[in-house]
Amino acid sequence: MINETGVQIKRRKQRNRIIELAIIFASIIVLAIILPSVIPAFRLRLVGRFLSLAIVALGLDLIWGYTGLLSLGHGVFFALGGYALAMHLNLQLPEGEIPSFFTLYGVKELPWVWQPFYSFPVTVLAIFIIPGIMAGLLGYLVFRNRIKGVYFSILTQAALLVFYNFFNGQQEIINGTNGLKTDTEQIFGLLVSSPSVQRTFYILTVVLLILIYLLCRWLTSGRFGRLLKAIRDDETRVRFSGYDPTGYKVFVFAISGAIAGVAGALYTVQTGIINPSIMQVAFSIEMVIWVAVGGRGTLIGAIIGTLLVRLAQTFLSESFPEIWLFFQGALFLIVVTVLPDGIVGWWRDYAWLKLRSLFGRKPSLATYPSLAEDPEVDQERDRLSSK
Amino acid sequence: MSKILEIENLTVSFDGFKALNNLNFSMDSGELRVIIGPNGAGKTTFLDVITGKVQPTTGRVLFNGKNLKNIPEYKIARLGIGRKFQTPRVYLNLTVRENLDLVCNQNKNVFSTLFGRANTTEQRTVAGLLETIGLDAKANLLANLLSHGEKQRLEIGMLVAQSPDLLLVDEPAAGLTDEETENVGALLLSLAESHSIIAIEHDMEFVRQIANDQVTVLHQGSLLCEGTMSEVQQDPRVIEVYLGEAPE
Repeated sequence: MINETGVQIKRRKQRNRIIELAIIFASIIVLAIILPSVIPAFRLRLVGRFLSLAIVALGLDLIWGYTGLLSLGHGVFFALGGYALAMHLNLQLPEGEIPSFFTLYGVKELPWVWQPFYSFPVTVLAIFIIPGIMAGLLGYLVFRNRIKGVYFSILTQAALLVFYNFFNGQQEIINGTNGLKTDTEQIFGLLVSSPSVQRTFYILTVVLLILIYLLCRWLTSGRFGRLLKAIRDDETRVRFSGYDPTGYKVFVFAISGAIAGVAGALYTVQTGIINPSIMQVAFSIEMVIWVAVGGRGTLIGAIIGTLLVRLAQTFLSESFPEIWLFFQGALFLIVVTVLPDGIVGWWRDYAWLKLRSLFGRKPSLATYPSLAEDPEVDQERDRLSSK
Repeated sequence: MSKILEIENLTVSFDGFKALNNLNFSMDSGELRVIIGPNGAGKTTFLDVITGKVQPTTGRVLFNGKNLKNIPEYKIARLGIGRKFQTPRVYLNLTVRENLDLVCNQNKNVFSTLFGRANTTEQRTVAGLLETIGLDAKANLLANLLSHGEKQRLEIGMLVAQSPDLLLVDEPAAGLTDEETENVGALLLSLAESHSIIAIEHDMEFVRQIANDQVTVLHQGSLLCEGTMSEVQQDPRVIEVYLGEAPE
């Protein structure tokens, strides 16, 4: 946090933007072009699932890292998006037939909730609008009553359990515990599990991850983003400044829910099935761990955290299946105790500065500016040199 | 002169404990009113009621003739009442300029904040305020790095950015050095030229610096007396409240 003049800040921001764009561009090339041609299809499918999970982590970071609302119920929104797409895929049948599982429960007519999902455009909208509205509704009820902090977290977890039990119990509507299979279904006349469709879903995941990252970037920069931080840091002050925090929180929570819905849909088709176990408490908590490991309040951290934890999980559970859970627990403990700002925070506040000083660059001052860098002196120097 | 604030028979009770007890109070617009009183006199509750944080049990609060009952805090703030808290409450993870910019924002609903950008009037207001509070050299520093006194000044600047008619200031001199106290006092006096201000204070030296108009003394939730600083200081009831009963 060295003192800079306005011009310096503008220049630094410009430079950072170029670097960021370059990184995004490079990751598109690596993920969408290079990776599919070097790793086998089933590994690619795995990466596609991780990237979908990174999308939900972005949404979670938006409300937890930036707005300070820890949601333990994002599994609900994730599942709603997944079910929406799975229902559409299960309806790709000859005229007059209904999905075969219905016969198990003696259901003859297609339940009304299924009707809209015949249409592909409606399904695409439903994937993010239904979870968005659900999140907005839940958010409105909670935030209007000024419930926050740990009570908010508990409520979201309670909502998660309600949905979990509801979906488990409703065999006649959505096949209960068995869930809906997508691998054996068709989309546009092609088998969902066929390599070309899977490849398309993978590319779509990469594209949507980038787009949603940019959306979150846009939301968290500028006045709106600063207001989110203000709500996180001192909500009362925000209220006394003439802002109604409720509207902002509902809006952000709805966006976050919608993002989770998109992630859920992408995850489902690259998994092959969706069932209520996606709404287990542990899975929603795992999402929180990804964000915490990567670094709260840094969008890139959410992505890095998800990929890292999931990759570690894959490799460790392949070689030593019995120790993975211990490792996950240890990871969470390490992050909480040693790296409270996650990996990205550690890099930004420590490793980067160390690296700079190794190369003989002057360290940026994070303390109150010393006399040599006193802003008043700086300003005077600027004024004198501009004359 | 018109009354900016009128309070009639105001009682606030928390589970039977009366923090404010049948209080009557009024002040003219343009006035700088200092409110003093021993601990537990109800000074902070008084501000809480005006800003809508606490609802009156009985009685009413009129701001420019408008009853403030059941109006949420953010709407009261938009009506033109700004409040400064006892400890400086600024957004520590934003820079000084961003702090002021947030409050300066003319249209405070969700979508205009999302899509709007600071217009030139707002930018000019921010620049002017930075100069008024003497922080223009530190405009791009995080508020986290400011000293306590600078934070106090920043928060007062944020209040002014709201362009309120009435400023409520809760113990602005708490925890400041003598020099900083005097700075804050001067700042308040210059603001008093264009705003109505209610300042709550403990520090008598500071009260003497800023109290040119009336001083109100609260005691046990009611109004004890009102008058100029010297009148109040001579009032036997005030002396009794502050120093205990006078020896016979």
